[in-house]
Amino acid sequence: MNSIEANQLTKKFGDFTAVDHICFEVREGEIFGFLGANGAGKTTAIKMMSGLLLPTSGTATIAGYDILTQSKLIKRNIGYMSQKFSLYGDLTVFENMQLFGTIYKIPRKELKERIMDSLRELEMDAQANTLVDSIPLGWKQKLAFATAILHRPKIVFLDEPTSGVDPIVRREFWKLIYQAASKGVAILVTTHYMDEAEYCNRISIMSEGQIKLIGTPEELKKQMGVDTINDVFVKFVKR
Amino acid sequence: MSAISIRGVNKTYDGKVVALKDINLEVEEGEVFGLVGPDGAGKSTLFNILTTLLLPDAGDIRVFQMDVIRDYKAVRQIIGYLPGTFSLYPDLSVQENLDFFAVMYKSSIEENMNIIEPIWKQISPFKDRKAGKLSGGMKQKLALCCALIHRPRILFLDEPTTGVDPVSRKEFWDILKSIRQHDITVVVSTPYMDEATRCDRIALIQDGEIIGVNPPQTIIQNFKGHLYTFKSDDIFSLLQVMEQCPLRCNYYPYGEHCHVAFYEDMETAMPQFERFLEEHQQPHSEITAIQPSVEDCFIEIVKGKT
Repeated sequence: MNSIEANQLTKKFGDFTAVDHICFEVREGEIFGFLGANGAGKTTAIKMMSGLLLPTSGTATIAGYDILTQSKLIKRNIGYMSQKFSLYGDLTVFENMQLFGTIYKIPRKELKERIMDSLRELEMDAQANTLVDSIPLGWKQKLAFATAILHRPKIVFLDEPTSGVDPIVRREFWKLIYQAASKGVAILVTTHYMDEAEYCNRISIMSEGQIKLIGTPEELKKQMGVDTINDVFVKFVKR
Repeated sequence: MSAISIRGVNKTYDGKVVALKDINLEVEEGEVFGLVGPDGAGKSTLFNILTTLLLPDAGDIRVFQMDVIRDYKAVRQIIGYLPGTFSLYPDLSVQENLDFFAVMYKSSIEENMNIIEPIWKQISPFKDRKAGKLSGGMKQKLALCCALIHRPRILFLDEPTTGVDPVSRKEFWDILKSIRQHDITVVVSTPYMDEATRCDRIALIQDGEIIGVNPPQTIIQNFKGHLYTFKSDDIFSLLQVMEQCPLRCNYYPYGEHCHVAFYEDMETAMPQFERFLEEHQQPHSEITAIQPSVEDCFIEIVKGKT
């Protein structure tokens, strides 16, 4: 089954077309890299797919639900994290997870177990009572991801999750993405690190609101006759 | 001449979190000097001290021979600073932001247009747009113009390209490299190792300490492991398998490739490794020795597995 199906999805702000008739699908358990230059329309597309913004035209189904009419059900079935908003700095690690888990109505007793399991997996159980403000950025991002999947969503949207994160922690983060995908969670991820694009099953490259290229990293490199995704990207985005 | 001279700098927050430990560092005039280290290593703390925004607990810091504590006002006249968070006025237009910084520094745009021209050409089509409405790459280019408009002798940039797309990133670095023709020293931090490679020298900072200052070529020469690359069908299943590898080595995905740095005698280790992959049913392409990149060096040094 497809976790995401976007069909001619379009968003206009006045005269400006931010997202221009995009069509693509993401399968269950697939890691889909959603690439594009700054201002290409990625974040607007993600907002529509997560039920936060209505399209001007076109539609999409997310986990089988229609973004036009079933946005509440969509929100219950997706996880979301970004570089910008992730967690509350003046709450502890445990409190943050508890807050999000409670919002998603995970029963209290089960929630505590899930949080402790999740922290053990992250090797962060010793930090359960530490304020989030005082842990390093890379740890925060790993924690934000664990929090975003605590309610076991079918799809996770990750908007530049590793922005500013160092090379070692970035790889640890991708290990978490792979673990989630191997359990069947569909992942849609944006990144400006082109080595990370290679870790995706398929990628799309957006420019001026349109998806210009879509395929496996291997296919796109072959199609463009270059050796790296960075070169593919530069060739397409260069004005 | 030294652009920056740092002696014995320490900084602790709230009397317990040690941010910087006995930092000693010289930056030469005209260098593009990189600060590289894991998150929370102390890079931003060091920037804030160098730009007179934070007082160290101890130590002596000179920027062009001026003391950053005693002569802070004079230091501020000759530095430009692009902090890690976007710090322009989002409600002012591109042009208004630039005018504002020029006036604050008693400088004029005309006078210094030759420095900012290559950047200004790219953002001037948007000069009436509010700064808050610019894309990430454009914001940083505007911030760079504003930091240069008073013709500083030294420019500090704290992760200027974080969140910026690869094309804009390259343009930004082309500009940085061109700035040196105006005798401006550049100190820059970055989480992108390809950018670190473009610096004249790099200081590696970890847990508040500087663990080495070298040109990128020297850092690469100092790599201790034997580095090999190959392709695998499933680089992440391999990640789990490698946890049981009996050899002294460090495995990590590297784009579409797998990298393994060995700390063994390769004559015996390589057949052992190939056997190990076979036993664990990990098909792979030919394993070939390669030169490390700065990213490989960063991973080796930070993991301390030598």
